[in-house]
Amino acid sequence: MNKSGKLAYNAAIVIAAAAAAMGIGAIVLAAVGADIGKAYAVILTEPLKDMIGITEIVVRAVPLSLIALGIAIAFRSGILNIGAEGQMLMGILACSATAIAGAALPKPILVPLAILAGAAGGAVWGGIAGVLRAKLGVNEILSTVMLNYIAAQFYTFLLRGPMMDPEELVTGSGTPQTVRMPRSAWLDRLIPGTRLHTGVFIAIGLAIVVFFLLWRTTAGFRMRAAGAEAKAARYAGVKVERYLVIAMLLSGAFAGMAGAVEILGVHRRAIEGISGGYGFTGIVVALFGGLHPAGIIPASLFFGLLLLGADMTQRLADVPANMVLVLQGAIILAIVSARQFINNPYVQDKLSRALAKLFGRAAPPAPPGSIEACPDPSDSPDPCLAGEPGVSEEETR
Amino acid sequence: MGHEPIRSLELRGITKRFPGILACDHIDLSVGEHSVRALVGENGAGKTTLMNILMGLYQPDEGRILLNGSEVRFRSPNDAFDHGIGMVHQHFMLVQNMTVAENVALGMKSSHRPFRLDIGAVRKRILEVSERHDLPVNPDALVWQLSVGEQQRVELVKTLCLGARFLILDEPTSALTPQETDELIALLSKMSSELSIVFISHKLHEVKALSDTVSILRRGRIVFEGRTEDQTPADLAALMTGHDVELPRVDSGGAERPVGTGMLSIRELCVKGDRGNLALDGVTLDIAPGEIVGLAGVSGNGQREFAEALNGLRGVDSGSILLDGAQIAGRCAGAVIGEGMGYIPEDRNTEGIVPSFSVRENLVLKDIGGEPWSKAGFLRLGAIADNANDLKERFDIRCPTTDTAAGSLSGGNIQKVILARELARGPKALVAVYPTRGLDMGAEEFIHKQLLARRSEGVAILLISEELEEIMNLSDRIAVIYKGKILKVVPGKDASKRSLGLLMAGVVDE
Amino acid sequence: MNAGSFVLNILILGVPFSVALLLAALGETINQRAGIFNLGCEGIMAMGAFVAFLPPFFMAGTPQAPFANLIGLVLAIVVGALLGILFALVVVTFRAPQGIAGIGLQMLGWGVAGTLFRHYVGGVTGVAGIAAFPIPGLSRIPVLGQILFNHNPLVYLAFLLVPVFWYVLFKTPWGLKVRAVGTYPRAADSLGIPVARVRYQALALGGAMAGLAGAYLSLAQAKMFADDLIAGRGFIAVALVYFGRWNPVGVMVGALLFSLAQALQLSIQVAGIDFPYEFAVMLPYVLVIVVLALVRKARMVGPTELGKPFDREQRV
Repeated sequence: MNKSGKLAYNAAIVIAAAAAAMGIGAIVLAAVGADIGKAYAVILTEPLKDMIGITEIVVRAVPLSLIALGIAIAFRSGILNIGAEGQMLMGILACSATAIAGAALPKPILVPLAILAGAAGGAVWGGIAGVLRAKLGVNEILSTVMLNYIAAQFYTFLLRGPMMDPEELVTGSGTPQTVRMPRSAWLDRLIPGTRLHTGVFIAIGLAIVVFFLLWRTTAGFRMRAAGAEAKAARYAGVKVERYLVIAMLLSGAFAGMAGAVEILGVHRRAIEGISGGYGFTGIVVALFGGLHPAGIIPASLFFGLLLLGADMTQRLADVPANMVLVLQGAIILAIVSARQFINNPYVQDKLSRALAKLFGRAAPPAPPGSIEACPDPSDSPDPCLAGEPGVSEEETR
Repeated sequence: MGHEPIRSLELRGITKRFPGILACDHIDLSVGEHSVRALVGENGAGKTTLMNILMGLYQPDEGRILLNGSEVRFRSPNDAFDHGIGMVHQHFMLVQNMTVAENVALGMKSSHRPFRLDIGAVRKRILEVSERHDLPVNPDALVWQLSVGEQQRVELVKTLCLGARFLILDEPTSALTPQETDELIALLSKMSSELSIVFISHKLHEVKALSDTVSILRRGRIVFEGRTEDQTPADLAALMTGHDVELPRVDSGGAERPVGTGMLSIRELCVKGDRGNLALDGVTLDIAPGEIVGLAGVSGNGQREFAEALNGLRGVDSGSILLDGAQIAGRCAGAVIGEGMGYIPEDRNTEGIVPSFSVRENLVLKDIGGEPWSKAGFLRLGAIADNANDLKERFDIRCPTTDTAAGSLSGGNIQKVILARELARGPKALVAVYPTRGLDMGAEEFIHKQLLARRSEGVAILLISEELEEIMNLSDRIAVIYKGKILKVVPGKDASKRSLGLLMAGVVDE
Repeated sequence: MNAGSFVLNILILGVPFSVALLLAALGETINQRAGIFNLGCEGIMAMGAFVAFLPPFFMAGTPQAPFANLIGLVLAIVVGALLGILFALVVVTFRAPQGIAGIGLQMLGWGVAGTLFRHYVGGVTGVAGIAAFPIPGLSRIPVLGQILFNHNPLVYLAFLLVPVFWYVLFKTPWGLKVRAVGTYPRAADSLGIPVARVRYQALALGGAMAGLAGAYLSLAQAKMFADDLIAGRGFIAVALVYFGRWNPVGVMVGALLFSLAQALQLSIQVAGIDFPYEFAVMLPYVLVIVVLALVRKARMVGPTELGKPFDREQRV
């Protein structure tokens, strides 16, 4: 296949995957008796109709992008971090404790300190799963899921107990929340009347940092090597276990920072339900963004739109907001299925020959070397398959 | 199940394409009753693909299969079994954590009763077959507990239990000692009075010993067909490769090297295997600078653990390994690499390279942490790219650009990437494990030349291989490993296949 | 309350608690034996719990009400099997990485169940559910009768399924095929076993069991549906399969262990022992991590090709 043909092919696969995800969503929309076209229109366009909507998309994209960046680091290093939800909560706890305790500090010190505390809180929680995997071979998906539940309970425990706003006890309303963060810990709002805050710059800055980390440093090189083929990395002297732990620490730190930025910039106190499934949406964002910062930033905006749009459908199209979870699940399934077709010369070949047959043309001859990556196929009957699908599909700049 | 005898089997115009390659190109082949047809060719010539088509595992893109003159179509191996065709694959098709009987039952559909597996009937059939053909097996043994030779026997019994009257054997001797090979050849020639056999091999003396007729495949085409007895092994080799190949040989004449000046000096090395057994049991070996020591042995006798221990990938129980005077036993892989150890690992796709990484990234995989490929923790992409272009030229790595994913290259080129990385580092010692396995003769020749060139530069080389030919061609001295012990070290020029074969089987006669 | 009745209470509570875990884990055992790691179990359970809840919710008070539970169970099994097949499409046919695909299915299951629940039911509402069925005679045995024979029929069914699954896995042709495709699919393929089809079948069965497990939660245990009804039980079931070394009997032991821990937690609260509620709820999740950390990898027992897709034409 030539280059433009390949591009068209990949585009077709992406479109097919998107259509499949939308299709699954449409079935569910039909099941709740909604007007499918209207529901999708509300989700995809309603938030863009005014300034508030647009800034709210960005407000949601900030934590999403931070979480997704962390998840991308972990995935690239060969460890599936499903625990961003719990890491975010631990980050929030550490951040708010620091911010409250350091209320007297000047703003230029307190804000970074509180965010770093959030990073540390998330890092510890992520690091547990990393160490369990590296030292004891505990499946990280299961351990991070369990750590999510544990963190959720711990969070509630602190918010209802030791960290509860004393005023709640006085007024007796008992809402589980902390006191308001001191002003010196706030992230500034950028546009008056909106919730858009300076966390945006943190997210963009960290996206650039992650790019440099993964593709321009030796540590990133080793992490990616460990993730792409742990055995070869080990044989090349990379301490794979150490990098697994580092990757999980970083991944957790990013989730923790997402939590910190969220409370310092938006809520300004730790409340219940703050993570709101960001940890899971972050997985979808990371995958949708191709596990690359340059893809994650736009992907986080898109999912910010989806989250906000789904909130609006409740009101405008009588579709429960849970609908966004349906779309997310369907998108994950569609993306991972489509990956099998993208950049897999074997499947491409099979498909293009099937198509050729379908259109009545003779199957194109496959002379040795017809695929550019196989200039010398005589050595092995199937050189293009040396890499497993799902391993070699990542671009490796 | 059809019980009609197989009088003739014909393949006509069989063609099979894989992406970027024509694995079988209009192949015609016919086999008669009670005859042994050898199918020879280099790795990748298309032999296995052709036989997988015959077994119904692959569907041909073009061509027909005729059985006793009438066309048949095999959509799955079941169809092939039903017509009395069976195959022993090169890689044993045995489920390791099941018993022999369960493995046979998997294919024996008559034992599949509704809601019940008739394992008794399977056991009975195994005992019948093993008695009739003199192939002793224990139906209740777990496969993973059996030796390679025993597993080979199980494979044969399994195929016969499934009613095979036409037997395809894909490189059946590749994992056997020379003595086990002789036994198998004798057994097969006895069986050929009752069965038709297609024997795939590239070991020409076996082809001569067993087959009546021979077909030679090269790049997916039949290039020769004829009676085996009319050809010499040299004729066959020339036909197989398309040219006369003379693999380079070591010239170990001259004075014996003084012992004790080992560049790589291994003392009383004991290493545990994965199951906690003692995989290496007191191995002592010295390799001088500029010496190639071949380690001969049937695989599974501690070679893997030995190579891993030498490269810091496996803990050491006791003993020492000195590399140019520095202790490397039990140190981590990075440290051993830093001391100047080079390593060509057994599995090039998962141990030698990171497949999704580009050629240029793979070429600096081991040294990324230091100058000149990185500075203060940041990569120097320019230097990395220049290095790749340079090595691409020097080692004749054929890839479109050095940005191509290494995993998409052919086996020979992947091996060249590994070789280029390891040799460009200027190692003091090199451990090469099965360096030419699965490569064609051209690539083999290149790799052998490179190893000999390093030898003359003073690198100490440990060559681990199952191919006696390769070991005898290249080694100054040959050590034979058996059950984790070095049985004997013999000078390369004194070694014979027979004597090595006996040692590999654990027989020390003196 | 004396110590004896305290322990008795834990045992009486613990046995029915184990059923959802046991049913789901038995199904997951089959999945993993066939080489598929199905983390979507959680999502399938959510769907199973939801669809099973619908008939009793809508049919309450109608003449057909007595059959509502049965219809619910059947619905849950069918929907579960269908979701298992959907998962098979993704991971067997499209060969997607199983871990992340499982998370996708989990989210899809949660999402669909939650969306439909909000729309059709609205808030948390109880249903009559499945009543206890003391086994005549046996339930009168002192102590033991209360612990073992005084439950709803699904409890008996779940425990009866343990030997059934064991038999299927180790003594039937299908079980043989399942174990072969999970350990060495290439060998199974060379013997004409349709690897993909067996994996589809295994996932359909696993999905049906997860659906049934969900139905147990909504119809028999909680007798209601809520968004967080499953609460990670699907993931715990996956962990139990490791704990049980891919053997139905081991899985049953694990499920009982967990549910007893949970019953202990509840009993502590009921007994008014001063212990933060949140930490008590954490207990089973902590236990999962501890168990996973302690279970050592045993060679040559389980499915060695777990999690790897199979492609016949992919060369070794």
